[in-house]
Amino acid sequence: MTAPTVDESPGPALRLRPPRHAVDPRAVGWWSLQLWLLTAVPVVPLGVLGLLIAPARPWLLLPAVVLAAVGALAALTLPRLWFRHHRWEVTDEAVYTRTGWFFQEWRVAPLSRVQTVDTGRGPLEQRFGLATLTVTTASAKGAVKVEGLDAETAAALAADLTVATQATPEDAT
Amino acid sequence: MLPGFVVAVAAGAASGEWMWRVTSYHVDPERFHVNTGVVFRKRLALRRERIRSVDLTADPVLRMLGVVTVRVGTGEHAGTEGTVTLWPVRQESADALRGTLLAHAARPDGPGAEDAGDGMLARVDRRWIRFAPLSFLSPTLGGAAAGGTLQVADWFGMQVRVVETVGSWFGVAPALLVSAALAVGLLLVGGVATVAIWVEYWWNHTLDRRPDGTLQVQRGLLTTRSISLEESRLRGVEVVEPLAARLAGGARVDAVATGLATSEEDKTDSRTLLPVAPKEVADRVAADVLREPSTPPTAAQLTPHPPAARGRRLRRAFGTVLAAEAVLVVLGLLLTPVLLHVAWISALVLVPLAVLLALDAYRALGHTLTGIYLVARSGTVRRATVALQRRAVVGWTVRQSVLQRRAGLITVVATTAAGRGAYAVRDAAQQDGLTLADAAVPGLLRPFLVGADLPERVLPPG
Repeated sequence: MTAPTVDESPGPALRLRPPRHAVDPRAVGWWSLQLWLLTAVPVVPLGVLGLLIAPARPWLLLPAVVLAAVGALAALTLPRLWFRHHRWEVTDEAVYTRTGWFFQEWRVAPLSRVQTVDTGRGPLEQRFGLATLTVTTASAKGAVKVEGLDAETAAALAADLTVATQATPEDAT
Repeated sequence: MLPGFVVAVAAGAASGEWMWRVTSYHVDPERFHVNTGVVFRKRLALRRERIRSVDLTADPVLRMLGVVTVRVGTGEHAGTEGTVTLWPVRQESADALRGTLLAHAARPDGPGAEDAGDGMLARVDRRWIRFAPLSFLSPTLGGAAAGGTLQVADWFGMQVRVVETVGSWFGVAPALLVSAALAVGLLLVGGVATVAIWVEYWWNHTLDRRPDGTLQVQRGLLTTRSISLEESRLRGVEVVEPLAARLAGGARVDAVATGLATSEEDKTDSRTLLPVAPKEVADRVAADVLREPSTPPTAAQLTPHPPAARGRRLRRAFGTVLAAEAVLVVLGLLLTPVLLHVAWISALVLVPLAVLLALDAYRALGHTLTGIYLVARSGTVRRATVALQRRAVVGWTVRQSVLQRRAGLITVVATTAAGRGAYAVRDAAQQDGLTLADAAVPGLLRPFLVGADLPERVLPPG
């Protein structure tokens, strides 16, 4: 038995459809804030040092400006792109997510193989009222993560998923 | 005053004696109990059905005394919690303990029931030693030998003299010749060291299938190891062909199993069922391990990947060389023209090499489905053909970058509890890759697939 070869017939190619739900719109703000903070980590010390140390000023301020420009561009554009591409869906049989824009990634985990369901909220996520849902399987590399969910939706989902996975007792490995 | 080492030896012996006195184990129908600890008493109870491996190790001193170290593993991913080490245990007691603890793995038709597949599956052949030096260890150990020599010379204040001596050789013969001779010498030293390591590891290697339903690897010249793997944990095999070994016609067989050590330093070794051996032998052992009658799934005819995958590999190879050369050229223009010469000479070597590796990497790509296995191959420096049981797939990760999408390629990764946790089919044609994933685990990916070319449903639900 061999895998089917390419079908030469015309028509749209076989592909994965986008998952049904978008993440919470507040995720855009959350991602932006993360990127701004990430930019600030190198830019602020460089800028402060540049203002204090006159002889090295051009060597410190130039990278600071470049980094700030790149960071600002990323913070202004990427979160919107991500918001359009990060999607998730939970069916009776599986958890399905899509993430990334340049490197797109789809993940599927069947509920029958799910081992744990967690929700986590970092300090920034709490400010935005968001939560991250993590569903793990027996594979060390198979976790499915949904970032930027509304905190209450995430908690409800986690509860539903826990019930659903208990209802399908099967050796998870 | 007593000399320090006497105190140290006495203290070591006393603490060893004490540890031995306070450590005990027993097995009841449900659990395997271990009591240990001098300062903090520790009681461990491992549920017997969770125990997945019992490995016996003995270094030369332990062997002289007729005792072994026993490591009992539950295969839990949570670090060291899942492993208990008992040391020292009498050889006979250790064998008995292993028999008891792994009894639950026995086949349903009862322990001791003879099976055609039982017995020795492989035994090391001394001629395989020719594959030993064909490893990245050889140049590494050669380099280490050079570094070690300089270090030792430094302790005696002779480092300068060593450097001067080596430097003086360059006056005798052309520099290129001397460099080549030095490199060959170091490679030889490294090769000898690699052979020595191979002998220590793989001497007396045997791979057996025992009536209690385990595969057992025994090996070692000085330190002997005996590693058991329950067959019920086996999810497939991986036939690995490192570049140099492959050129010499060799391949290694690794087990893909759940619950094998994942965090310890010898994680590759504990998975290896057969050291690098001639490809035919590796294929036969792979077939025997999987109880396949003739050809193993890893030797199946694979569906090749589209030419766009070759283009990607070539572009990546050129890109890597170009980046390295660009650094040389920029530095050459800024500092010294010598670097420009280094750049064009190295480009003459590196560009063909990169092209060869890229073409070889493309040739490696392939995938197929057999009755119960998903088979995927990739890699050039480490070409690996994995046969993973389709029922062991616990999810899919599908990846596609913008560039891959334009080329119509897709990377499909099967996640699993066994082995490395994820096995990838890289750069397959989009249609092929998704069809493969859909067919390998019926029903899982189907609800999320769209497109006119949707193949017939493979399996009715329920």
